[in-house]
Amino acid sequence: MAIKLTINGVNRQIDLPEDTPLLWAIRDGVELTGTKFGCGIAQCGACTVHVDGRPTRSCVLPISAIAGSNITTIEGVESKAAKAVQAAWNELSVAQCGYCQSGQVMSATALLENNSSPDESEISNAMNGNICRCATYGRIKTAIKLASTKLENQGAEHG
Amino acid sequence: MDKLKEHGLMRAVNRRVFLQSSAVGLTLGMTLPSATTAETAKLGKVKNTASINAFVSIDLDNTVTVLSKHVEFGQGSYTGMATLLAEELDANWQDVRVEAAPANKALYVNKLLGAQGTGGSTAVASSYQQMREAGAVARALLVAAAAEKWAVPAVEIDVSDGVLTHAKSGLKASFGELANAAARQAVPEEVRLKEPSEFKLIGKEGTGRKDTGKTDGSAIFTQDIKLPGMLVAVVAHPPRFGATVAKFDATKALQLSGVHKVVRIPNGVAVIADSFWQAKTAREELIVEWDFSAAMSASSDEQMLEYKKAAEKPGIPAKVVGDIEAGFSNSEKIVEAEFEYPYLAHATMEPMNCVVQIKKDEVRVWNGCQSQTTDQNAIAKATGVPAESVYIKTLLAGGSFGRRASKDSDYVLEAVSVAQAYGGDAPIKLVWTREDDMRSGYFRPMFFHKLRAGIDAHGKIIAWQHRVVGQQIIAGTRLEFLIRDGIDFTTVEGANDLPYKIPNMSLEVHNMKSPVSTLWWRSVGSTHNAHSVEAFMDMLASAANMDPLTFRLNNLNDDPRHREVLERVAKESRWAEKTPEGKAKGLALHKSFGSYVAQVVDMSIDDQGEYSLDTVTCVVDCGIAVNPDIIRAQMDGGIGYGISPALMSKINIENGAVVEGNFDRYQVLRFKDMPVVNVHIVDSQEAPSGVGEPSTPVIGPAIANALFSYSGKTRPVLPFGIKV
Repeated sequence: MAIKLTINGVNRQIDLPEDTPLLWAIRDGVELTGTKFGCGIAQCGACTVHVDGRPTRSCVLPISAIAGSNITTIEGVESKAAKAVQAAWNELSVAQCGYCQSGQVMSATALLENNSSPDESEISNAMNGNICRCATYGRIKTAIKLASTKLENQGAEHG
Repeated sequence: MDKLKEHGLMRAVNRRVFLQSSAVGLTLGMTLPSATTAETAKLGKVKNTASINAFVSIDLDNTVTVLSKHVEFGQGSYTGMATLLAEELDANWQDVRVEAAPANKALYVNKLLGAQGTGGSTAVASSYQQMREAGAVARALLVAAAAEKWAVPAVEIDVSDGVLTHAKSGLKASFGELANAAARQAVPEEVRLKEPSEFKLIGKEGTGRKDTGKTDGSAIFTQDIKLPGMLVAVVAHPPRFGATVAKFDATKALQLSGVHKVVRIPNGVAVIADSFWQAKTAREELIVEWDFSAAMSASSDEQMLEYKKAAEKPGIPAKVVGDIEAGFSNSEKIVEAEFEYPYLAHATMEPMNCVVQIKKDEVRVWNGCQSQTTDQNAIAKATGVPAESVYIKTLLAGGSFGRRASKDSDYVLEAVSVAQAYGGDAPIKLVWTREDDMRSGYFRPMFFHKLRAGIDAHGKIIAWQHRVVGQQIIAGTRLEFLIRDGIDFTTVEGANDLPYKIPNMSLEVHNMKSPVSTLWWRSVGSTHNAHSVEAFMDMLASAANMDPLTFRLNNLNDDPRHREVLERVAKESRWAEKTPEGKAKGLALHKSFGSYVAQVVDMSIDDQGEYSLDTVTCVVDCGIAVNPDIIRAQMDGGIGYGISPALMSKINIENGAVVEGNFDRYQVLRFKDMPVVNVHIVDSQEAPSGVGEPSTPVIGPAIANALFSYSGKTRPVLPFGIKV
């Protein structure tokens, strides 16, 4: 039986075996390829998406476990935090090879959606599960702080 | 290499070559679809584009497309190529985009490698002149087209930001308006290249990168390729080096939905299905009986014992200077050291993968391809299709660090073998899991080093004996002819060209045999040689009762660029200041790929005796700094890559099988452990040299030296962990 998921605001009937990990439902079922396969055991974070707003490793999550959930992928993020993160990433040329960066952006976005001014340790805790072999960690940290500053300023302007 | 000031006016362009290039650039550039969907898979010419030469085309909407012959895997080659070409073209930077060049050795050879390919940190160094010339020629053609159209002298036409202007008449035209007319102009015999004072893009900040789409999921990697009728293959690989398939039973696997075929290939048994998850699930249902009769049974620990034993005896001489025995007998003090380096996996974020389609008279390949010529030739040999009919669409690659420059095209040929065994002409995507990738071999070889040096009463090194024990990388490759008198240059690079003046030296090598396949790994020989040399230097400094900086300065050779980076890093890191309680710092210096790098690491040590890296000060002299921001990024990332083998990464082999399969056991640097990196680029007018690799080998010894200064303990075994 097909499993119902809402992916980037669109209701989908996913007609795949129920043990299929969400990652492959997204990549092969819905054909959104921004979410990456890196390790398959929730160790590297390249497959990070938001499940009901929470950053989640999609490579080990069977679709049967999240029927009815709301999934946001890198292609569908549109919160203020997400836009601020993407803008900061581009401004600072964070990405090198880029393969892990969808996951990095999703983790950073989830962090800032819940806490627009994280401190160093909150940033570290949120990002430590996302491996980057190009080691862009320094710029990721700077970009999160830049996005945070912009969000705070927006908040001040509109608040 | 030439210095910039010697450039100026030059006879740049062979007319015939470029005219040929125009035709071929258009044809080949369009032969293979850029292909992510069925719609884009149609073949044929793209209209509204004028191909100016092999490296640039201009659309009627003013878009300037630069064709990069160097793969983009994060090192910034796309931006580098675009910068060089757009500089001389006087293009509007915002209108410039980059595509991968097709595989065509005649047009896109990397002169420093002798084949089309990327590696050895050569992208900018090898293309600095060529891409500028291509841009200057394109500019000249546009000017000629404008002169013809406006009936004015070419010398009166200015070009700036993608617009041609004739000041006297007030006439103006964009690149796009003149593109087709430009493509019909005669290619000039000579073009003038800019003086550095005229640069608008080279050396400038704030230009951003041209490999876009990496923050919104739109960038397409091999993993993301979808083609009509494409199938996905997952392979059951031999669990031990040297094992082969005896027989297999695919009954259960074939019953699963989406599974098309299960086929035997030279590397194992391939499951071919509609999707990755189906193929992988079916692989788990395969019953494969392996033939272990020729399989490796040793462990890496056992191999290391053999290596150590070999190091007791003199090896093949790789470099001999003066009289080493006389040097030792005149020495005031003699110091010895040993270092153990494990196998290392590259562990790119994108595990290896490749799409292959075998048609009647041609083979099509979609791959984050690093060695186009090598791969074309290997595929030609495997399929009988001529190399020029092997079309490779080079895609963005999710990292390489050397892995994709496979010396025998291993994973590419595996994909070809699957397509051959499957039969028919469906495109097949071979996907490796992380475990397939990590256990595939092609590791940085394991090494054992033994060093012995003598210093005189003035703190001068007067004897230096260095034995390097390990496997040759280039044996059995197309580069094997470079092995001279038993010495593979990749074994000794970084040990044979020291920054220090040593009158009596003996560099010796023991070549070890092993069934474990090995490969270049970001900075290659320097990964171990720089570590041994630089960690040993601090031991010698200590024996001489000298500060590590002073000791190095005291022993430097005559190359002033070593001195400059060393003195600069001392200044920027405030080396002379006293180290506070609970802190330590370490220094290292190394030249690789033509670039000079010095680093100082500052660390903190906590109550538990664990250290953390606070700051790395990195000074680099890479000649003319084409893209300063990318140079900083490469120094930063290269340091991050080099921290892993110092602190935590190691591949173990037991009974011929790789123990680690994933990031749970093969530990790599994560966010929390990354130090702040401050990069300082030496202002230089020397020819540009590499930046992708040279920072990687320096950080490990800098950390070892900080630990040595703190605790007095040396670190003979890598990785050395996080305890002081």
